[in-house]
Amino acid sequence: MMTAHLPQVSIWREVRTAVETGSPDESAAILAEQSRLIRRSVLAMIGRARAGHIGGDFSVTDILATLYFGVLRIDPADPGAPVRDRFILSKGHCAASLYSTLAFSGYFDPAELDTFMGPHSALNGHPNRTKVPGVETNTGPLGHGLPVAVGEALGARLLGHDTRVFVVCGDGEMQEGSNWEALMSAAHYRLANLTLVIDRNRLQQGARTEDTNALAPLADKLAAFGWQVREVDGHDHAALLQAFAPADGARPVAVIANTVKGKGVSFIEDRVEWHHKVPTPDQIDLARKELA
Amino acid sequence: MTVLDTAAPTYDNRTAFAEELLELARADERVVAVCNDSVGSSNLVGFREEFPDRLINVGIAEQNLVGVGAGLAAAGLIPFVCAAGPFLTGRSLEQVKADVAYSAHNVILCGMSPGMAYGELGPTHHSVEDLSWLRALPGLDIVVPADRHQTRQAVRQAVADPRPTYIRVGRHKVPDVTAPTDPLERGRFLLARAGSDVTLIGTGTLVSRALAAADLLAADGIDARVLNAAYIAPLDVEAIRDAATQTRAIVTAEEANISGGLGAAVALTVAAQGRGPVVRALGLSEFAPTGSTDLLLEHFGLTGPAIAAAAREALAG
Repeated sequence: MMTAHLPQVSIWREVRTAVETGSPDESAAILAEQSRLIRRSVLAMIGRARAGHIGGDFSVTDILATLYFGVLRIDPADPGAPVRDRFILSKGHCAASLYSTLAFSGYFDPAELDTFMGPHSALNGHPNRTKVPGVETNTGPLGHGLPVAVGEALGARLLGHDTRVFVVCGDGEMQEGSNWEALMSAAHYRLANLTLVIDRNRLQQGARTEDTNALAPLADKLAAFGWQVREVDGHDHAALLQAFAPADGARPVAVIANTVKGKGVSFIEDRVEWHHKVPTPDQIDLARKELA
Repeated sequence: MTVLDTAAPTYDNRTAFAEELLELARADERVVAVCNDSVGSSNLVGFREEFPDRLINVGIAEQNLVGVGAGLAAAGLIPFVCAAGPFLTGRSLEQVKADVAYSAHNVILCGMSPGMAYGELGPTHHSVEDLSWLRALPGLDIVVPADRHQTRQAVRQAVADPRPTYIRVGRHKVPDVTAPTDPLERGRFLLARAGSDVTLIGTGTLVSRALAAADLLAADGIDARVLNAAYIAPLDVEAIRDAATQTRAIVTAEEANISGGLGAAVALTVAAQGRGPVVRALGLSEFAPTGSTDLLLEHFGLTGPAIAAAAREALAG
């Protein structure tokens, strides 16, 4: 198991404090910069590994940056603290963006990111909690994160812990039946300490979600299942910060984050083939310039 | 030498399970129960009355059931996730794999009414694939208590040393084959009867039947060793190797498919030695016809006389 990288934890603390104490504009600017760093890291990791899921990595980046640098009550130096906010990336194939975010938060040495998907690396193509500090549960097969998050939220309540649980699902992932089982449970148990974030980039591996197995009207469905729904621009950090505020009332919160798959690099944005295509060296140079 | 009293009283292991769980819940607030609308069939009525908040009924939704169990374990609780064996293992196999075994969350999966306990309800309700499916998952203990005492011990052990575990909680009534004080050691078979000619390895409901077979063999002058395979994983490789070197044949008996269960595990261990005795695996290899549990056990050759006959053949072969 890797251990915390304390110099990086100090940097994370400074950024976290700046986001908390800054004006809304200042905070958003700081989170935008963290997002840019994460995207650059993801680009480098995928370029080295010659594998990964760049489209989804880039659509979820701003969500991850906002949570880790602006919302979650965590201590990367003590990842096993009994009382902590929990985060699950249910769309585990976007591990590169999660690993970058965790490393920049200090959970482990950012130098480890160079090993992504390399032989015997802790940084598998999908996250493994027994190897990577900060990962709460192993994901990869879709439709697993939300049920586990429901259990964590219920468990925290039973233990009397002031814990918030966040889980990010892909929008295509919402086609999994297990998610709808869990949506029912969370509403039934009135888990106001649970926030589901749906990375609504409207693309899945093979086609547009609405051409495959349409999710619309997604907000209505979630509301009908008993959730409080907040719909935001998933790349607007100020809006995300607001959307991640605690629940009003006793219902769990679903944030539909409208995103662009491949966000940040013009030729990758909103194109189905970039689900897991690997950029050529030339494309990486171009992408790096766009993320400068 | 243990001689099985065929008139001995028999017990539904779910009763011991429920009593022990409730007792442990009183002493340890981390103990919670999770079920899929199976409060009655999992014998959790008493638990619900005493600890309504700690009985989480997710309804008929087994994928969510196991995922919620993993989340509760991650939060620091000790969840006993209870559902009829076939649905707990079949419907949510990927959750058991990814959320429990691979994620190493300390969930206690309780497969209620396993094997062919549901008799006439048919193969959809039989849990005879569970041992094959779950033995394929690294990091998951598989416990098959043979009687009410071992059931209590399995529950106690799960709280004392929580780890990803599947426990078969039997419904088909069985006689006692152990004493309340006999230890249930992780990864160890229990020696139910010493013997040197042939080894009979039974698990769960088949332990008392293997003992009955040993009595029949004794009448023929055949000295049968009987092992109670209370743990299928981790496997007691040492006891199997001893049986392979000290006795001339091994017969395994399980209320489960032989393709990947106890028999397969024993055969793999014996074969790895290079030279070993014949291994005869008794169990299922097809979907059951309509019938009561007793009828089906007889149909598949899972009785004392049938086990004894298999042992004689193995010794002759």
